[in-house]
Amino acid sequence: MSEQFEPVIICFTCNWCSYRAADLAGTARMHYAPNVRLVRLMCSGRLDPTFIMKALSGGADGVLITGCHPGECHYIEQNYKAQSRWLLLRRVLKGLGIAPERVKLTWTSASEGTKLTKEINSFVEEIRDQGPLAWHKNLQQEKQETSQHNPKQAPVEVTV
Amino acid sequence: MSKPKFAMYWSGSCGGCEIAVINIHEKILDVDANFDIAFWPVAMDAKVKDVEALEDEEILLCLWNGSIRNEENEHMAHLMRKKSKLLVSFGSCATEGCIPGLGNLFPVAELIDTAYTTLTTDNPDNIRPQTVTQVPEGEITIPAMKDRVHTLAQVVDVDYFMPGCPPESHQIAAVIDLVIEVLQGKAELPPKGAVIGAGHSTVCEECPRQRNLKAIKAFRRIQDVAPLDPELCILEQGVPCNGPATRSGCKARCPSVGAQCIGCYGPAEGVVDYGARLITAFASVIDSKDPEEIEQILDGIPDPAGQFYRFNLADSLFQAGAPAFKKNEV
Repeated sequence: MSEQFEPVIICFTCNWCSYRAADLAGTARMHYAPNVRLVRLMCSGRLDPTFIMKALSGGADGVLITGCHPGECHYIEQNYKAQSRWLLLRRVLKGLGIAPERVKLTWTSASEGTKLTKEINSFVEEIRDQGPLAWHKNLQQEKQETSQHNPKQAPVEVTV
Repeated sequence: MSKPKFAMYWSGSCGGCEIAVINIHEKILDVDANFDIAFWPVAMDAKVKDVEALEDEEILLCLWNGSIRNEENEHMAHLMRKKSKLLVSFGSCATEGCIPGLGNLFPVAELIDTAYTTLTTDNPDNIRPQTVTQVPEGEITIPAMKDRVHTLAQVVDVDYFMPGCPPESHQIAAVIDLVIEVLQGKAELPPKGAVIGAGHSTVCEECPRQRNLKAIKAFRRIQDVAPLDPELCILEQGVPCNGPATRSGCKARCPSVGAQCIGCYGPAEGVVDYGARLITAFASVIDSKDPEEIEQILDGIPDPAGQFYRFNLADSLFQAGAPAFKKNEV
């Protein structure tokens, strides 16, 4: 029997809602899959798509973005910006041959600990079905193949 | 006293960088006055064995333009690195992969198939290039394509980066002036790894167009906007313009004359992933909160990966599309 694939998931949470939902889930001793690593941001609007790309190219198999429900953003409407970026990012990922389903957006308020655990659990299963992304491995293997000759680290000096 | 040696080499590129160098006009005489041209396949006849015969680091300045597309490119990159004191990644291909880097969206076999089977290709016997061929005189070889395009800095250590497709001639002239001043002891070289011959901000900063709060309801191709307002920001008019993420240094040449910036100067200072920065910029100007409507607006960008990574794919965080990695092939 082959070992079950355990995906690495990065979950970006908002300080004002989903992070508190995760906190609530913890206090209430709700269980959710250990595959997820939470990163707290001040707002989903702070989420630069660079973070998501860095996660996916650096070893993550999926990224979960969580933010306040539409109309409830602590900073008025930044979660709408996150939504637009997410929708555009999905299209770029598709163009690069990466399943857009690997990045998911979900709205979670501070009281929705149950919803957050459900979302995390179902997302982990979705990514498990997708299989490993292995981008990090791809890049690493190539790095080894492309051996570094004559690395020049000394500071540059020019004299004639 | 003998003059310091200068070299310029090309790999996977179009040759436009060479033309940009020639476009510095009479300044080229300064190059000749201050340098001994040791190796420059486009301009003079010198062979690889002549370079191999040089001492290590005997070439003072080597401008390398072109991406690392095949094994020969990689071999030459290692050779020029060894023989050069200063290796400059010159132009967009060497620095970020540029148009050849878009090949990273496909497996190599598909690229070759496309090149040798399209309607305009006269190839009745369906011949493909082989790396090794037997002929009566013996065996002849051509370099094999690598799985994907690499930038110069991904293969060897690079001292300076000079972006642009091609670098603007006034910037090349400025860099040559600087190097000559350094030789004369009047100036100091920038720190290793610096971007030279370019600005530090974005194209928007140099752009003369009027910018207001952007809120757009549709992305359109530039030819579908008639007439284009000559004073107003192009992105504000709904045309995808890559200015917000692109490094300055070109004096906003394209937007100034009514064409959108396509991003040939690469990521602006501090930008980690060029495409990600553009996603942020474009998504922020969309004037809608309804996912369905946003999707409709985004349909106006038919090829987002191409729009955002036209010049930068090989140097982006992903470096390639999934098909370029063989192991992902089914």
